[in-house]
Parts: sequence; C-alpha cells; structure tokens
Amino acid sequence: MSRLIGEPLPRVDAPLKVTGRATYAAEHRLPDLAHAVIISAAVGKGRILEIDSRRALGEPGVLAVISHLNTARLPYRPHKGWIDPTVGERLHVLQDDFVRHWGQPVAVVVAETLEQAEHASHLVGIRYEAEAPSFTVPDGESIEPQGGYPANYSRGDADQALATAEHRVDCTYLIPRENHNPIEPHATIAQWDGQRLTVWDKTQFPTNVAEELAAVFGLERANVHLICPFVGGAFGTSLRTWPHTTLAALAARHVGRPVKLVLTRKQMYFGTGYRPETWQRVRLGAHSTGELTALKHEGIAETSRYEHYIEGLLNAPRFMYSCPHVTTSYRLVPQDVHTPTYMRAPGAASGMFALECAMDELAHELRIDPVELRLRNEPKIDESRNVPFSSRSLVQCLRTGAERIRWHRRRAEPGALREGHWLVGLGVASATYHTLRNTASARVRLRPDGTAVIETAAADMGPGTYTSLTQIACDELGLPPEKVQVVIGDSNLPRVPPHGGSQTLSSVGSAVLAACLAARSARQERAHSGAIAGSEIVATETSQPGDATKRYSMHAFGAVFAEVMVDVDLGIVRLAHMVGVYAAGRIVNPRLAHSQAIGGMVGGVGMALLEETHIDRRDGRITNANLAEYLVPTNADIPVFDAVFLDEHDPHVNPLGVKGIGELSYVGVAAAIANAVFNATGKRIRDLPITLEKLL
Amino acid sequence: MDSATTSQVQLTVNGKPVTLELDTRTSLLDMLREHLGLTGTKKGCNQGACGACTVLVNNRSVNACLTLAAMCQGASVTTIEGISENGRLHPLQEAFIRHDAMQCGYCTPGQIMSGIACIQAGETYSAHAVREFMSGNLCRCGAYQNIVAAVLEVAEQAGGRR
Ligand code: FES
Ligand code: FES
Repeated sequence: MSRLIGEPLPRVDAPLKVTGRATYAAEHRLPDLAHAVIISAAVGKGRILEIDSRRALGEPGVLAVISHLNTARLPYRPHKGWIDPTVGERLHVLQDDFVRHWGQPVAVVVAETLEQAEHASHLVGIRYEAEAPSFTVPDGESIEPQGGYPANYSRGDADQALATAEHRVDCTYLIPRENHNPIEPHATIAQWDGQRLTVWDKTQFPTNVAEELAAVFGLERANVHLICPFVGGAFGTSLRTWPHTTLAALAARHVGRPVKLVLTRKQMYFGTGYRPETWQRVRLGAHSTGELTALKHEGIAETSRYEHYIEGLLNAPRFMYSCPHVTTSYRLVPQDVHTPTYMRAPGAASGMFALECAMDELAHELRIDPVELRLRNEPKIDESRNVPFSSRSLVQCLRTGAERIRWHRRRAEPGALREGHWLVGLGVASATYHTLRNTASARVRLRPDGTAVIETAAADMGPGTYTSLTQIACDELGLPPEKVQVVIGDSNLPRVPPHGGSQTLSSVGSAVLAACLAARSARQERAHSGAIAGSEIVATETSQPGDATKRYSMHAFGAVFAEVMVDVDLGIVRLAHMVGVYAAGRIVNPRLAHSQAIGGMVGGVGMALLEETHIDRRDGRITNANLAEYLVPTNADIPVFDAVFLDEHDPHVNPLGVKGIGELSYVGVAAAIANAVFNATGKRIRDLPITLEKLL
Repeated sequence: MDSATTSQVQLTVNGKPVTLELDTRTSLLDMLREHLGLTGTKKGCNQGACGACTVLVNNRSVNACLTLAAMCQGASVTTIEGISENGRLHPLQEAFIRHDAMQCGYCTPGQIMSGIACIQAGETYSAHAVREFMSGNLCRCGAYQNIVAAVLEVAEQAGGRR
C-alpha cells in the first residue's frame, strides 16, 4: 500500500459539496418543524419597559412570542468550555429586562412558516428605557487581563535600552473590529423528546454544544445530542455556543415542536463574536547594523462588560526576534458590546501586523533591506523561555519567498518603481503561529467486510478534516480511501479539542493514529489466537501531548511577500501578486494545504484593504452589518497567489510532525501589503484597512 | 398587508413539473429549500450580496433570494441538484473537485451555477473576465483562484468541442 500521507488526495467530501448533498445545520429535515425568528434589541443599553405581542399573536400561523416575560428562569449551571473566557459569565438570554448591547436577543417569534415568523417579528411592539452605551477603546478605563496571556512581560530593561538606542522607531497601529462572516449563517434546529434534546447546530466544537446546553437547561449531559456533519466556514465564530442555540432549544420546548432558527446576516454582527478592535504601540531600538536592542509593544483591545475575552496579541514579539530588552503590556477596555471571540489567527494576526510594520519602518530608517533586517535578528533559541525551538525555518522561508517574488526588483526608495499610472511596491512580513496540541480521542472500527470507520467528535469547517483523517487511517490500516469512512461532527463520539487554533490534525490526527495502531494490533492478536474472524474490532484511544512543550518552543513560521500597484492619482490599491512561504512541519495533503493557505492569504487581504465594522458610537448599532457594506474580498480582488510549503521535519510537536496552517497563512499578510504600499507610495498607513482616501 | 395570501405556483424544477400553494412572500430560495427540500441551493445573506443562492431561471443566473417564487410562474428552474445527468457529474462539478475549488463547500453550488452561466455567456476569454463575472459569488474560504481555474478549464474543453 502506497503511503497516502503527503499525497494530494482529492477532498473526500468534494462530491457531496459539488452536488449540494452536503447537509449543513439548517438543512436537516424534520416533520412538524416550526420556524423561529429572533427580535434584536434596538437600543445599545438600557431596559425593556414593555413587550406588546398582541398584534403578532393575532397573525395566522404564529405560535408564540417568547420573552423574559413569559419564559421560565433557566438553570444556567456553571459551564466553562475551553473557548469561553476565564473571567466573566455568558449572556443569559431572555432572563431579565436588561439590554447589554445593541442587537441582543430580546424576544423570539415562532410560527408555522418562516414568512409568518418574519412578518410577525415586525409586529411586536417593544418599548425601552435607553441609556447611552460607551465605546472608549483605547482611552477608556482599562483592566489587566487575567486567566491566560500575561498582562505584563519583560526581560532586560526596554525603557533604558530605548533611551540609549542608536536608532528608534515609535509607531501606533489601529485595527478596527472585524467580523468572521462565513457564508453559512449560524443556524440551529432543536428537537425535544421529554428530557432529551437533539440539536443540529453549526459548530466547530460539537461536544461543547451538548455540554453547554446541558448546563443551561439543567439536563444530564448524556441527554443532549449535537449533530453537525458540515460547517459552512466559521473561522472561529462557531467555537463558542452563542445565545441563539439556547433560544432555539427554548423555543422548541415552549411550542412543543421542533424549531429551526437561522440568524440573518445582520444578526451575525450582533452576537456571534468578532476580532476585537485593537490599539497597539510599538517601539523598537536598534544598532545601525540592524540588531535590535529594545522592543516595547503595548496593546489595548475591546471586550464586553460581562466577559473578558483575551488572545495572544503580544505573544510573537517576545520570541520572534533576538532582542535583549523586551517589554509587552496587554490591556482590555470593557465596553457596551457583546463579547469578542477568536477569529482566524486570533492575536497573532493583529499583533504581528504591528510588529512587522514596525520592523519595516526600522529597515527604512536604517537603510537595510527588510529581508536582511529580519535575517540579522534571527534568534538561536526562544529568548522569552530560554528553550530551543522544536524547529524554526523562518530564514529559509524569507529566502525562498524573496526568490519567488523576485525581490531584487525592489528599490529601497519608495515610489521608484512605476508602470504607467501605477506605482509598484514590494513588501515583506514574517508570520508565525504557535503549534497547539491537546488531548483527543478517536475510535476505529474494523469491520468484517474489510472496511474501517473512524469516529471522533471533530469538525471540518473547510480545511479538510475528513480527508486528512482518511489519509492517516489508510496508511496505518493499509486500506485504500474507498474503504475508510470518517464520521465526525457528533457530540456522542470520542471527545476532542475545539476545531480551531490549527490544532485539529496535531490533536485529532494523533488520536486517530493511536487508535489505528491499537486496532491493528488487536487484529494481529486475533489472528494469532486463531479466534473466529467475523465480528467487528473496536479500538478507542486517547492521545495526550507529552512534556515536549516544556522542553521546546513550538511554532510554525512563514514569510509573506506582496506586490501592489497603487494608482498615482486615485490611490486605488491593486494586489499584483502575493507569495506565501510556509514551514509548518509535515504537510499531510498538499492539495488541501494549498487551498487553506491561499484562503488564509485572501482573508489577510480583507484585513489589509477592506474589512472594518462600523459602530455608530451614539447608540451602538453597527451601520454596515451586511455583505454589501462590510467588504470582503471578491473574486476580482484576488490574483493567482503562490503558496509554498518547505520541507520541515519536526519530531517533537506531535506524532505526525504537523504544525497546522490555518492560522499561520492569515498572519503577516496585512503587514506585507501595508509595507508594499509604503514602498510604492512612501505613505505609511498604520490604521487598517488601507483605503484609497488614506492614500490621497 | 394581508399576510395570509397564498397563490398557486406552477413551474418546472430540474425538469420536473411542480405545483405548489405558496405564501406570496415566499422567495424562490425558500421555496427550494423549505418546500421542496432542495437544500443544495444555499442561503448566505438573503439580500443579494453573496451569490450562494444562484440558480438558473430559464437558463439565466439569478439570485434566488431576491426572486419571489410567485414570479416564477411557468418558469424552468435549474439548481445544483439538476445539473448532473444519470448520476454523471457536470464537467464543471468534476473540474471543481480536480482543482479543489472549495473548502467549506457552502458557496460551492452557487459558484458552480454562476460558472455555468459564465461559460454560457462566453465570459471566459480571460481569467480577468471570469473573475469579473464571478464576483457576485463570495467565497469567504478564499478558493477564488481555484474556482477561476476550474471555470477556464471547462470553458476551454467546451470550446475545443465546438
Ligand atoms: S443568499 Fe442570495 S445573494 Fe446571498
Ligand atoms: S468554500 Fe467556503 S465560502 Fe467558498
């Protein structure tokens, strides 16, 4: 049997996806299904004075208008999923008359049909006592985050080193709030059978949905079942279980029928998380030869008043480059908003934007080539922990990328390259994301007919979990892909970590590997003992990370090169080309990895040039809560990208030697583009997105 | 508005005649997904901004979310479920698999229907033309370059056969 790991096996679920037979959360069919529509608060803060449902209830087909006035208090037992903020407590929906943010669900209308429910939702009269919500990032009262990423870090004396540095840069960067905007909206179908609850809910974390609903409704965990075989993109927005999932279950219990609840596109901006707005200040000190002597990186991010969302905003600056004096400080400003959440490359995307732009500013100041500047600051070890990297191929990434984009064309002087009406610029940025691995379990069934079934509560929001797990199982079991079936997206299957943070292959892949090995030895034992074949062999294994994380610093690295063209008069930025070179350990499937990498790069283009959530600070409403005004990259925005993976062998990260690329490929893109825009125009845009009015 | 108004709609969906008694507010998209169980056509925004709901009505691509079912009286509607023949995938479906022109797959049916319209319209003389034509179909997973490659390849094959 030839090895499949490392081969470009076509996506195993592609036939289902191209025929429309892949079924997403809202597409499960049930008899007697009723439809629910959420009514969202129309004030940014305040109290509900009155809910008048009479007109709505008089409409044909309307079954109920549910609000805090007519629903029971829910148990809301304590529950902290892996992905819930350590500090704070989730929003308890329809439990009181408080409005904590614009768009908070305040009622749910249930009707026979979607049209009836939508129409009736407009007939419910709600009166509020409104207060002025506050939005004060970055200047408002800040707090030190707790429960994860350090609020303060330092080695050496950065202030002193900055004061005496030969060269300094001191820059401030603003990144607006960004929304995930997967094309599939959040959706939940809920069905009760006595005290048993089944939900078809869009999620990246199947077991957590069941655990959270059990906690919210005070049920036995075993009585809640989540099913979600396909996820139509998520990028982090489906890691947590948001209020609408609870509302669907509540509505189904209220009307005694299965209920379907699909969020509108608009509602996806008011309750399913986002990348928080950040303010960052980076100060670098360096010798004229380029070696960094000081690095001071401060970051302030928004969070809600009821939960403190934290992310690894300032992780990379601590180990990315060699530097004796480093300080980072991380603060949160609570506002009257709903809680932010992980969005593709959480923390790293924002933090590395600031750091990599600042490095470019330093290169310009020192008249050193930006690639060369990074090479001169390549550390030998992780200086923040004094441990070696398990593997680190940033230098090779930078060199390969420079070659592929033909970096030698770049002129140090901005605006020196021109093609007719277009100024041409080249920019570079490094990328990194830490390699996560957590405890995961998987089950293998070897059937008497020679086929195998792999079962694990993982998810596949697009990277290709179905395919890569198939490849791993095929190699271990000596079977062709047609004989292996992967079953995921079900909370009753063996437990795994959330499908996020690029840890699915490292965690779940390792568990599948272990379960296959166990199944194989069980098969051999059975053969030796001469036992009768004919029954199924079942092996369940749990795979845990060892202590390698203590001995090594584990990260994937990459280098992004962008070539932009900027219209001399109009300031329009066009992306001419982009190269991403990644060293992310073993690549299980180069075809799917390439898709994931170009997808990450497209996401980064959105961050750089298009994406920004506009909040009306008077009342907290989001004024571009739709896909026509919240701009994401379209086909016409994107040329052919070159994504390359370097050979990298890392025996320490996990048994498969994989590091993950979902987050990595998003990091550095915005900085590479911003740096290219500077090289083209001489203008530093330090607040994203880089829109034409900022270049005029 | 009298919300209880219904009307009878007769049309052809994927070659099969269909008669439905529908709320006049029902969109073509909700008719397909909620009434006919044809969930291959996706709802991404319900506002004409994402293209996930693209279907062919009388051989022209439309956003099913912006089309009232009642307006499709007598029309012939083709959805993703109707383009493979006798279990054989449409060449563009095959090309999407070959080029891995998807990740999550949610935009994919809409992309394929738009791709078919793009090829039929002859807007495939350059990658640029395809990108422009296909820009009403958002892919948040960012599969654009693979989508363009798939459309161009099938257009070329079709051109070769002509
Ligand atoms: S659902 Fe019709 S265009 Fe988005
Ligand atoms: S494949 Fe996910 S949106 Fe296009």
